[in-house]
Amino acid sequence: MARILGGITTSHIPAVGNAIANELFDDPYWKPFFDASPPIHGWLADAKPDVVINIYNDHGLGFFLDKMPTFAIGAAHEYRNEDEGWGIPQLPPFPGDAELSWHIIEGMVADEFDITSCQELAVDHGFTVPMQLFWPKLGEDPNFPRAIPISANTVQHPIPTLHRALHFGKSLRKAILSWPRDIQVVVLGTGGLSHQLDGQRAGFINTEFDKYCMEKIVSDPDELTRISRMELVEKAGAQGTEFLMWMMMRGALGERVNLLTKNYHVPISNTGAGTMLLECTE
Amino acid sequence: MDLAEFDHHAGIPGTTIFDGRQAMKGYALNKMCYSFNSKENRDEYLRDPEVYFDKFRLNEQQKQACRDKNVLALIEAGGNIYYLAKFAGIYRMSVQDVGAQQTGMTTEEFKQKLLDAGR
Ligand SMILES: [Fe+2]
Repeated sequence: MARILGGITTSHIPAVGNAIANELFDDPYWKPFFDASPPIHGWLADAKPDVVINIYNDHGLGFFLDKMPTFAIGAAHEYRNEDEGWGIPQLPPFPGDAELSWHIIEGMVADEFDITSCQELAVDHGFTVPMQLFWPKLGEDPNFPRAIPISANTVQHPIPTLHRALHFGKSLRKAILSWPRDIQVVVLGTGGLSHQLDGQRAGFINTEFDKYCMEKIVSDPDELTRISRMELVEKAGAQGTEFLMWMMMRGALGERVNLLTKNYHVPISNTGAGTMLLECTE
Repeated sequence: MDLAEFDHHAGIPGTTIFDGRQAMKGYALNKMCYSFNSKENRDEYLRDPEVYFDKFRLNEQQKQACRDKNVLALIEAGGNIYYLAKFAGIYRMSVQDVGAQQTGMTTEEFKQKLLDAGR
């Protein structure tokens, strides 16, 4: 039977990809952020997950406003990135697990979640930066897991509610756990925390709210579902709505989790950057 | 449910909620920006921006905001920041440059504002 070992959250700022490419790990600006990674590398080296479910939000590479899925699941044998308009380097393709993807899609649609399935999906920095962060050697790492991208819409309102996001995760968990093969799975929730890129309020960061979210996501995610979407925009910034990905991840981890590591640093680029490793107890 | 219940435009200062209304308004502009995911298209745009504007049927407001590289005007014209970021990328404007322009600061001042948020 498939098992979910834990979840990892991180911000997925494009600048992180450049910092990795330039090996700025000890640079004074970057060090407090990159210091979050070694304990996670250690945990992953022991856990050796077979599959990573990477929950991120597309930023206008895989999807356009012509057709905007609220929840999309990759069902491809591999996923490629593209330069996104500003010349991000091309990475080797990420191997997928299309059979497991279809199992998840079947399970979740039967569970009454309406999913958009994607047999082709270009993955952007929201997906690739966390992969580079946690598996720095990517495909050259013998333990590099197969990846399944899941993207939720935060580009255009209406976006899903926090309640729906948490329940998405719970349904995803049921679907994964019903996979008959013995595989180990980790779930990433990427994006956030508070930031706003657009408007006169650009540069908005709310450390108090970020810290509240990082606390409650561990102990009481249900409390977070009381936050309305407009309240989320107000408190986390217009792009802080990416916190939805964290809620989706959290739902997939079961009721109780152990917090293994936690790091919060402001700013990375325009963003409050949160990194957490949560281990499942069930 | 009444559609008016879904009016998201009430009251977060300095923030435009990109919803269906903005999506309709900015479709051509955002579609042009989406095309900039490809280098070929970026090169074609740079050869003659005016021709490229017409290819995507931008209205005059959108064209002028592009000519001025004015981010607040681009948002006003229906632009979505995720797609506008690709427009900004063509001109090597970083997200800090974009933030500085919208808040009337220099990029250095804007970066300082971000650093101060962490203190
Ligand atoms: Fe993002």
